[in-house]
Amino acid sequence: MPLTLSADEWEVVRLSLLVGGVAIAATLPIAFGLAYLLARGRFPGRVLLDGIVHLPLVLPPVVTGWLLLIAFAPAGVLGGPLERWFGASVLFRWTGAAIAAGVMALPLMVRAMRLSIEAVDRRVEGAARTLGAGRLDAFLTVTLPLSLPGVLAGAVLGFARALGEFGATITFVSNVPGETRTLPIAIYSALQIPGGDAQVWRLAAISVALSLAALVASEALTRRRGGHGL
Amino acid sequence: MAFDLSLVKRRGETLVAAHVEGGEGVTVLFGPSGAGKTSVLDMVAGLLRPDEGHVRVGSETLFDSATGIDLPPERRRAGYVFQDGRLFPHMSVAANLRYGERRAPVEARWIEFGAVVELLGIGHLLARRPRTLSGGEARRVAIGRALLSGPRFLLLDEPTSFLDRARREEVARAVEDVRDRLKLPILLVTHDQDEASRLGNRIVKM
Repeated sequence: MPLTLSADEWEVVRLSLLVGGVAIAATLPIAFGLAYLLARGRFPGRVLLDGIVHLPLVLPPVVTGWLLLIAFAPAGVLGGPLERWFGASVLFRWTGAAIAAGVMALPLMVRAMRLSIEAVDRRVEGAARTLGAGRLDAFLTVTLPLSLPGVLAGAVLGFARALGEFGATITFVSNVPGETRTLPIAIYSALQIPGGDAQVWRLAAISVALSLAALVASEALTRRRGGHGL
Repeated sequence: MAFDLSLVKRRGETLVAAHVEGGEGVTVLFGPSGAGKTSVLDMVAGLLRPDEGHVRVGSETLFDSATGIDLPPERRRAGYVFQDGRLFPHMSVAANLRYGERRAPVEARWIEFGAVVELLGIGHLLARRPRTLSGGEARRVAIGRALLSGPRFLLLDEPTSFLDRARREEVARAVEDVRDRLKLPILLVTHDQDEASRLGNRIVKM
């Protein structure tokens, strides 16, 4: 079994990293905003919002993918405006795969970030206020840096989840080589082909290596921050 | 008159009420734990909203339920030294000290960084992180941080509690130094009779 990757397999790895990276970069501010709202906000409908954020975690991924397909179809609530205003569609595109990955990673990211925001001592923020910091200033200099390890850990966790996304992606944007065929989908495809075993082994090994690297990175990040007094 | 406070706040079952009229020097709020002494300091600093009453320091009204005045904490210029220090754990001692100083308008600053460090004897701690400090050291850094923010008055919450005898002395002396050399109105909370009579120019029972 050759250990080197073919051009197609490299393409799968590149695409997976692109989809996962873009998904997490785009989801990060949304996840942080939601986490902050859920950790600190007191408003009617908070429990409902919490439930909606967690839906992708408990729904069958196929259902999430199907709902995305309905929403982003040319006549859908999101697909319609996208088509009209930008002449763009995310169907069968890597951008669609990134949306699916981001939606599926969102609950995990929000959970990790919410915990870290809740762990910030609000009395320390109060101290910052008495020292002349306004609300935003106190948020930027105290709340944000103190919750940063959890925010980064949430992002890395979300990235690992995004790399593994299968069900919602294949339902939403199908299995298009070079566009939506990410690692798990490529492995699934290889399993369908007689004699694809060697490719499955190689792609599976890469999955393990990437996931492990993400976990080690997250651990190292948290530790390094810890060494600086967090 | 430095402090003119009239405060009422209901917290669950207990009613916190305080009436303080204090002049120069240290006004001590003295009473048992649970009387709401810290709540009074929080209300003066703007961290807790009174149900009724007013907070005046010097000639300035910081809060008045009758006229609807309620300055946010960052505009009250209180030098609040919390019982638990509340230093910023992610910053060095020096950065903690500079936090309020950087945010104070230049004309509001009345003491230099070097003078504070010398007054409190914390020069050797500047590069350290708060979690590596002893209780007495952290308390002195918290006092320094409050002084450098250019406060018009100080709020000290049990400044010598939870410290051993030597550290108590160290912090009590720092408070005396601040009182005698800086001539700043101070509102000090304690449940310790000795501390109340040693540091206070007048004592208000709660």
